Amino acid sequence: MEYQDIELLRFTTAGSVDDGKSTLIGRLLYDSKSIFQDQLDAVEKSSKSKGFDYVDLSLLTDGLKSEREQGITIDVAYRYFATPKRKFIIADTPGHIQYTRNMVTGASTANLAIILIDARKGMLEQTHRHAFIASLLNIPHAIVCVNKMDLVDYSEKVYDNIVSDFNAFSSKLGINDIQFIPISALNGDNVVNRSNNMDWYQGSTLMYHLETVHISSDHNLIDCRFPIQSVIRPHTLNNQDYRGFAGRIDGGVFKPGDKVKSLPSGFVSTIKTIELNGEQISEAFAPMSVTMTLEDEIDNSRGDMIVRENNVPEIGQDLEVLVTWMSTKPIQARTKVVIKHTTNETIGMVKELKYKIDINTLHRIENIDKIEMNDIARLSIRTAKPVFFDAYKRNRQTGSLIIIDEQTNETIGAGMII
Amino acid sequence: MSNYVINHLKELESEAIFVIREIAAQFENPVLLFSGGKDSILLTHLAKKAFFPAKIPFPLIHIDTGHNFPETIAFRDELVEKLGVKLIVGSVQEAIDKGRAKEETGADASRNSLQIVSLLDTLEDSKVDAAMGGARRDEEKARAKERFFSHRDEFGQWDPKNQRPELWNLFNGRKNYGEHFRVFPISNWTEMDVWEYIKLENIDLPSLYFSHQRDCVVRDGVILANSDFIKLKEGEEVVNMTIRYRTCGDMPITGAVKSEADTLEKIIEEIATTRTTERGGRADDKRAETAMEDRKKQGYF
Repeated sequence: MEYQDIELLRFTTAGSVDDGKSTLIGRLLYDSKSIFQDQLDAVEKSSKSKGFDYVDLSLLTDGLKSEREQGITIDVAYRYFATPKRKFIIADTPGHIQYTRNMVTGASTANLAIILIDARKGMLEQTHRHAFIASLLNIPHAIVCVNKMDLVDYSEKVYDNIVSDFNAFSSKLGINDIQFIPISALNGDNVVNRSNNMDWYQGSTLMYHLETVHISSDHNLIDCRFPIQSVIRPHTLNNQDYRGFAGRIDGGVFKPGDKVKSLPSGFVSTIKTIELNGEQISEAFAPMSVTMTLEDEIDNSRGDMIVRENNVPEIGQDLEVLVTWMSTKPIQARTKVVIKHTTNETIGMVKELKYKIDINTLHRIENIDKIEMNDIARLSIRTAKPVFFDAYKRNRQTGSLIIIDEQTNETIGAGMII
Repeated sequence: MSNYVINHLKELESEAIFVIREIAAQFENPVLLFSGGKDSILLTHLAKKAFFPAKIPFPLIHIDTGHNFPETIAFRDELVEKLGVKLIVGSVQEAIDKGRAKEETGADASRNSLQIVSLLDTLEDSKVDAAMGGARRDEEKARAKERFFSHRDEFGQWDPKNQRPELWNLFNGRKNYGEHFRVFPISNWTEMDVWEYIKLENIDLPSLYFSHQRDCVVRDGVILANSDFIKLKEGEEVVNMTIRYRTCGDMPITGAVKSEADTLEKIIEEIATTRTTERGGRADDKRAETAMEDRKKQGYF
């Protein structure tokens, strides 16, 4: 077999116990032959011992003892499968409102979101929630699967109504690419194979979409951003003067010979080499990890950022942020926190809580005095030192930050810079 | 490559190198847990790439159970020599001699759980605050829930229900005194990714992974190497077989597969058609449905 030159697609699924999410994932894994016989045997054995009549495929994803006992997904579970066209990573998350933080976590690294709607029930509150999270986290692509079509006699009318309801809602959200597919995860209609029951549907199957959706422009290729992780200094006789900046590219395309500017110092230099393991790279772009050397000796260190001279990010200490609150401990204004942004870390102060968003209606709730777990809210933060950022809508890496509790060191909030 | 896309192996490589560099930057005393298996060999290779032309800026730790395949030890010593990296060995035999660990008895006795004692002792002796390992989420259901940066309390325990959320590529390695982290840079790799990458990068592996002749004992359907560490039960006999290993643990518990695959190409072909997981042959996972989760909570990696 030849080495496979294929792309990686990360997608997220959100759903609750009964909307067929586990069945859908089970089918994708099973039909792509990603479930092994010993895994299936183990699941069959435990389904039988629980007295089920059928093989419960959710037992494949629910890995923790307490999840299996309670029959629910608590945490984000990562699943892997591949077809000859692509590799896939599924971030499988629970869909109930009390798991908003898990959905946000799964969505933060996804190229694509699958939103499941039960054809019998149409748009529900949770559909609003899932669509809102996909747009909040700026997931570039969404696929709305209208599931359980077998239970509505594969009716085109039912499907069309749901599509127009969804469009009416999502026009407020700004998701760029939405596809709709009528499916039956249980029977496999339009999942991997085309359905014989819905001649009226001319579009492609879910698997075809997953395999072909155009993801190469998901990364920002315009604004050059290279946050420095560390400085490589070998201290060996052959490399006495070597000084390489190690990091992962967060945006734009860098080439040797490019004029660059270093932040916060403002010094300008030229890229001498871009390399990894001694191999020279002619063009570097997100999400490549590389080592960069410059023509001039500039005193850069971790947390600094290399950008193009004529395209710099915003530099400042005042941030307007939409946050998802992750901690059981609420937060109030004037709380001191630690902020992690790119490879930069700084002390910060939550200055003002502006409003919460009702995740089901998208209404703003003003005059709030605290933010609690799973809330999505807007707040302003003042940092102790300048950070170099872009709006989250423009760049998901340089526009995101996490908030850390100074005492417990727990991650308590996830922020998207406006 | 004009359309600015990198393929899946390059993306996984890039992610792993980013995580390895984060470990070196965020912690004072990181180490790489080197088991001698293909995943930790891959991890060592990625660490070399991450810091080149500098040397790997942290030591390797190997927990020697005394039941290792001799091939593993020889390979380890050669690799350490070649990379010029420091090696720390924690010995299970020593822990038993000191009375810190108690040997299991019976024909199925294994030193697998005893590793936990030696591992935690060695990490404490070396004041390690981050131990990186080659565990992957696709290996086992408890590992599917593991974070890249996995927080451990002062007793080395894992609390799966109280894990830190991990968003974007922002890894929070802050901790209180006495706590440490396990970090898994190749979390998102599958067995197939590992083999394809090994082939792409031409990474050397111990001969165990390739088809060879060996004296074996078949026990409960698992093919085990015959060695001084294994006591034959009644009715069992030693048979010479053509086998290879898909994972590499201790001799008495690591199951082999019958295989003619003696090149990387043939191994990749074999994995593409195989219907069992690579840990399917691990007797240590078969003790209970949640055997891995239980051991992880105690401090296993």
